[in-house]
Amino acid sequence: MTDIVAEPIYKTDALIAEDIDQYLKVHEHKTMLRFITCGSVDDGKSTLIGRLLYDSKMIFEDQLAALEADSKKVGTQGQEIDFALLVDGLAAEREQGITIDVAYRFFATEKRKFIVADTPGHEQYTRNMVTGASTADLAVILIDARKGVLTQTRRHSYLAHLIGIRNIVLAVNKMDLVDYDQAVFDGIVKDYTEFANSIGIKEFTALPISGFKGDNITGPSANTPWYKGPALIEHLETVEVNSATDAEKPFRMPVQWVNRPNLDFRGFSGLIATGTVKPGDAVRVLPSGKTSTITRIVTLDGDLDQAVAGQSVTLCFADEIDCSRGDVIALADNPPQAADQFEATLVWMSDEEMLPGRPYWLKIGAQTVTATIQQPKYQVNVNTMEHLAAKTLDLNAIGLANLSTDKQIVFEPYEQNRTLGGFILIDKISNATVAAGMLNFSLRRAQNVHWQATDVTREFHAGLKNQKPAVLWFTGLSGAGKSTIANLVEMKLARMNRHTFLLDGDNVRHGLNKDLGFTDADRVENIRRVGEVAKLMTDAGLIVITAFISPFRAERDMVRQMMQPGEFIEVHIDTPLAEAESRDVKGLYKKARSGDLKNFTGIDSPYEAPEDPEIRIDTIAMTPDEAAEAIVARLIP
Amino acid sequence: MPDQLSKSTLTHLERLEAESIHILREVVAEAEKPVMLYSVGKDSAVMLHLARKAFYPSPPPFPLLHVDTTWKFQEMYKLRDRMAQESGMELLVYHNPEAQERGINPFDHGALHTDMWKTEGLKQALDLYGFDAAFGGARRDEEKSRAKERIFSFRTASHGWDPKNQRPELWNLYNARKNKGESIRIFPISNWTELDIWQYIHLNNVPIVPLYFADKRPTVERDGMLLMVDDDRFPLKPGEEPVMRSIRFRTLGCYPLTGAVESTAKTLPEVIQETLLTTTSERQGRAIDKDAGGAGMEKKKQEGYF
Repeated sequence: MTDIVAEPIYKTDALIAEDIDQYLKVHEHKTMLRFITCGSVDDGKSTLIGRLLYDSKMIFEDQLAALEADSKKVGTQGQEIDFALLVDGLAAEREQGITIDVAYRFFATEKRKFIVADTPGHEQYTRNMVTGASTADLAVILIDARKGVLTQTRRHSYLAHLIGIRNIVLAVNKMDLVDYDQAVFDGIVKDYTEFANSIGIKEFTALPISGFKGDNITGPSANTPWYKGPALIEHLETVEVNSATDAEKPFRMPVQWVNRPNLDFRGFSGLIATGTVKPGDAVRVLPSGKTSTITRIVTLDGDLDQAVAGQSVTLCFADEIDCSRGDVIALADNPPQAADQFEATLVWMSDEEMLPGRPYWLKIGAQTVTATIQQPKYQVNVNTMEHLAAKTLDLNAIGLANLSTDKQIVFEPYEQNRTLGGFILIDKISNATVAAGMLNFSLRRAQNVHWQATDVTREFHAGLKNQKPAVLWFTGLSGAGKSTIANLVEMKLARMNRHTFLLDGDNVRHGLNKDLGFTDADRVENIRRVGEVAKLMTDAGLIVITAFISPFRAERDMVRQMMQPGEFIEVHIDTPLAEAESRDVKGLYKKARSGDLKNFTGIDSPYEAPEDPEIRIDTIAMTPDEAAEAIVARLIP
Repeated sequence: MPDQLSKSTLTHLERLEAESIHILREVVAEAEKPVMLYSVGKDSAVMLHLARKAFYPSPPPFPLLHVDTTWKFQEMYKLRDRMAQESGMELLVYHNPEAQERGINPFDHGALHTDMWKTEGLKQALDLYGFDAAFGGARRDEEKSRAKERIFSFRTASHGWDPKNQRPELWNLYNARKNKGESIRIFPISNWTELDIWQYIHLNNVPIVPLYFADKRPTVERDGMLLMVDDDRFPLKPGEEPVMRSIRFRTLGCYPLTGAVESTAKTLPEVIQETLLTTTSERQGRAIDKDAGGAGMEKKKQEGYF
């Protein structure tokens, strides 16, 4: 408490005591700025935030008393107040003395309310910073004046720029520890300018500060007479917020919910992403392309004569056109496009690496579709910005990849529209959010490749063979007996004059899939290709039998979705691991156990058993011939 | 706030309102059986008002759930019933039968009172009705562990919270997909501060319990807290005599656990004025945060407290 230099200038407004009604009137017209602070534990980030809260009187006496007690007990500032303790929330991290997650803090001045996303600076936490940055109008990049521009400074700046933050503040902190030396500050600004230009940051605002001592936080500091720019708070109070620029763009609103209390009212509810809307405006609903006119903007407080980007509203149309959750209402003569193939930038956020070809849920606006991602074109080294070749993306990796969706989605490039360009990927089994992404543009080939209709249909093919096409998809551990039983099934069907084809795991890897290995990513691609081949064969009228370990539920479900309803029959050859290992027909378990064979299913690579297969074969209770008989009986009753 | 609409820059309250409405609608669109936890306090009042705005002209398409302790202020029960009727929503009131049977009360049972009536009662009610999504009126500025909780906060089948395993929330995209047995607690007013709440109540004439305004009320002073004698269940100690004082409450809970402040603020602007000039935080009048030191609330949340 002894060493605070600048008295906070906005601590308590005299107006509160004198004329509270007038005060309230002024404060009802405050705007809001959301920003993130980036820096490491050592840059004094928590101290700076604690200082902002303290100076703006967001800390009460009881909290201050607790803070003073904590500072003496676990603080790192001797007998002085450790502002960082105000900010470090969870018990686990208090013990470790580090911030481990994104935390949101609030303070207000006369002009603005601020929401601060406190994001950690540790290397493994790219995901947290991207999360915090996604809702921010501005980023404060903290630098320790004694250390200058570090690798992590470059990383934070790159991420902030990537996520579309155009207001960058370079806060050169701990100026008190370099004797407020202008040369130090100028040197850091010069270094940073060079780097910023190289990654496309055109403008930034640099300030010399001390979060600990309070220099240039709320007002000019006597310790830096050479610095003529604004104090940090002044800058934050005056910088332009995103929602203002969003209002200038063409009107777009994703429909979240259709409001239908009775037959006389039908309204479409959503948060306006960009632009403005008025009754009488001609609008178009996408992807259908149907047009209508806005009749009302309905709210509990009465109809509005205009609504702007950032508001949650309910719109009514003049015509009874189809419109439901996931559709986008847009300006009729300037609508966004719909597409199903894109180039996207991805930030991977899961411990489980990305699997090219695996279907994920993709949520964008109010639309949720299935998406598959191709092998990345490259991964970005976030420390050097170099492009590296990559087969997949793992936790905290950033890369560029093409992706395709199972349905057309209404979109705009992220650069133009955060709402219609930003998406998350969700794992279909664990339901975890595994990635954040930004659509860069749609791929033209989606528009130019059309399905060629043929006259000899799949029904005709099947009719010629006098059978119903199907896929008998065998799955199970290596050595479970898949190939043996599949072979018997095909022989029995052949004797019944059925037209069949057996796709065997080992055989396919000699040709079609000889470029693939046994990593998770290659296993997914292996199954995707086999699924596509099996699909073509069912179109030709065949009964397809496949014998692949196919260890992942997600890919088996993907193949199921490719097929006509009822044509996919999942056959679980259920042999306990110990039994398969004791048989060890090919000697592979032995190799895997000794470490000579990597990524072996059941040993060091997982097998996800089907939860509800059409057929389950217990190979301990049945002989291979009995098993084959049972499968044929199920197929042809 | 129609006079603001000519400008393209929204005020902070307009942005907060729009965000909260977006969250409410998103849950209704994606959850199977949502419910709103309604505690009748000022935060609940704002949350309910936002819900009415979000779905107007429909009534909010979910019920209100009050996990009651039987020890709330009488004025709270009155407003609760009135608001349920005005909003056209179904009101579910739940009492933990075990707490009722054992006569658990704040005078004799201390922390057990909160554990059984509130924490256990809430879990029982959610399980009983099978709600998969529950709105709560917690704000991030209230308490340090809440500052790091997501807006969509997942709970295990036994209602536990794992602060290290939270889903990232990007932009305004919320992943509401649950695993079997999981449920979601959703906090639509996470980003509001106490002052935002008061300003919003003021601007929108949101009905709140009159106890927030100063009036002469019967009180006794215990352990430095001013308690209101709200009914005749209040066991007076020998020689203790209720004294009429002009008091109001900054936060409302069970009346024997909620400390009042002496005040003359009879109007909203006066209340806001006092709030701004005051020097203690709002939860300071509540006993619950003081258990288990600074990490009290975090521990309670992991055990299933809202």
